[in-house]
Amino acid sequence: MELILTPHVNTPNGFTLDFYVKQGGYEALRKALSMTPDDVVDVVKASGLRGRGGAGFPTGMKWQFVDKKSSKPKYICCNADESEPGTFKDHVLMERNPHLLFEGCLIACHAIGAKVAYIYIRGEFYHVQEVLEAELAKARAAGFIGKNIFGTGFDCEIFVHRGAGAYEAGEETALIESLEGKRAQPRLKPPFPAVAGLYDCPTAVNNVETLCNVPPIITRGAEWFASLGPEKNGGPKLYCLSGHVKRPGVYEAPMHVTVKELIYGEQYGGGIRGDRKLKAVIPGGSSVPILLPDQIDIPASFDGVMKAGSMLGSAGMIVMDETTCMVWAAENLLYFYKHESCGKCTPCREGGDWLHKLLGRIERGEGQMKDIDLLLSVANNITGKTLCAFGDAAATPVLTTVGLFREEFEAHVREGRCTLKADWRSEARAHAHAH
Amino acid sequence: MSFHPLMDYGKGMHQSQRALADEGPAFVFTAENLATLEDICSRYPAERRKSAVIAALYLAQRQQGYISRNAMKAVAAAIRISTAEVEDVVSFYTMFYQRPVGKNIIQVCRTLSCALNGAERLTDELQKVLGISTGETTADGAFSLFEVECLGACDRAPVVGVNDDWHECQRPEDAQKLVDGLRTKGAASLTGCHLHKEHS
Repeated sequence: MELILTPHVNTPNGFTLDFYVKQGGYEALRKALSMTPDDVVDVVKASGLRGRGGAGFPTGMKWQFVDKKSSKPKYICCNADESEPGTFKDHVLMERNPHLLFEGCLIACHAIGAKVAYIYIRGEFYHVQEVLEAELAKARAAGFIGKNIFGTGFDCEIFVHRGAGAYEAGEETALIESLEGKRAQPRLKPPFPAVAGLYDCPTAVNNVETLCNVPPIITRGAEWFASLGPEKNGGPKLYCLSGHVKRPGVYEAPMHVTVKELIYGEQYGGGIRGDRKLKAVIPGGSSVPILLPDQIDIPASFDGVMKAGSMLGSAGMIVMDETTCMVWAAENLLYFYKHESCGKCTPCREGGDWLHKLLGRIERGEGQMKDIDLLLSVANNITGKTLCAFGDAAATPVLTTVGLFREEFEAHVREGRCTLKADWRSEARAHAHAH
Repeated sequence: MSFHPLMDYGKGMHQSQRALADEGPAFVFTAENLATLEDICSRYPAERRKSAVIAALYLAQRQQGYISRNAMKAVAAAIRISTAEVEDVVSFYTMFYQRPVGKNIIQVCRTLSCALNGAERLTDELQKVLGISTGETTADGAFSLFEVECLGACDRAPVVGVNDDWHECQRPEDAQKLVDGLRTKGAASLTGCHLHKEHS
């Protein structure tokens, strides 16, 4: 199988400008600049490319919605915040194939009439900033970025903007707020960024992997791209495997690949560590519902995972074996969500904290049976009641674990303790609060 | 964004008058840091200097080790915004320290994928080795220990952030080695990010 996005991630110096140009790099940009912006948008639309950040929204449509008639400047914001637990694919692309991202940014700018793209990376990616800025300087010196690119009169700049530690900055309007020098908190929509985004100007916010798919689409065509995967799920996809698999890592595959193949296939995850039994998979980053072992023989596509009752999301697959306590897992994730809630909407800010406290109480064996229904009630009072998807994301680990593993919650209450022993958990902590 | 279409917000209207008390040593940006900051500001439209506030705070933190209120005032002056706007940002993002921290900031990822691979035990061991709890700094000022949320390197779990570097695949029994290595060889003792090796 041909790798499209990651063929050279292990090649020495595969990240350099020289190497990229030798592989035909920046030729897609040359071709795109010979096309009208509308034609570029049409090709991307025809390819069926869907956003790789989590929502799976068609990229071509996102670009078409950008208000081109506006007299204001337009902007591309590349979402490289990559903070969804279990997700680390954009990191690989930026470190090992940065020029593919730059070329995607430049083509996107041409398509929507922008002269600047900002790549917003998360604060913890200090080393990624170093790589991107060094390679940007080389591309600028070679004339691929800057004024009058390829003598076409197209001017375009790319800048790296590093955040400072905030999960919420991955939400597109919060990212824009952060880029403007404010707290990363979401905006009320509408207006959508396509109308009033960065600096109140028409803006398209696209994920790293999404933009990296654009140059191959321009070079090889929409039909080729669509034919790589199932219908409406075309193109290559990067999958992040972590947790209790033998070979965690980032794997590229078309979306025909099944979740089962990704976990057990020799060329992918290689099975469960210690050959234990699989208990649960979170298929799309921590914010999506769990799949059970009998639900994983499905295509790992946007539509395939949706049909199974979850979401492909960011394709961050967290694999948990039989030693994993689901009350503990939910508590671990709710600590994340209460910590990362931006605080703007009350249901998420307060509800996340309540959920974490309830889960802690049950995990320590101090809970009551009525706490289990209380968990569901609080979670259901967060979903759909916040400005951004964070609220739903925070409620999901509770709704999915209680929904699928209710007997485990009840056992904690009945036994007054967590009965699952795991060799990777802290004994000290498990008993820290027990009386 | 303005709050009423007819109000003229451009002339100092709705500007915070909140005062910021002095705290910390006197703070003046070095000439080098000011020049770097101006270069960063040039990446944004001239009237949008505020976009560079995070970058300015990073420079201040690098210069002084943490962000004192006096440093916030210097950032406000350099970016030409109110101190309230700076405080707003500092207090929101987790990577800014509002009080002095250790020379080495050890940050263990505690989110699910790292926890499934023993991050809890690693933190327990680091607490023992350093003789402090998470959130604290050793008496000699050499180490601070924090638990942090997903660092985005879940395939190298458990992953530990040390200052600007990464240290990957750490088992609980590696805790002593990590601390000893930092004491004797500093950043050179860290694994770094496996993807980044060739760049450095």
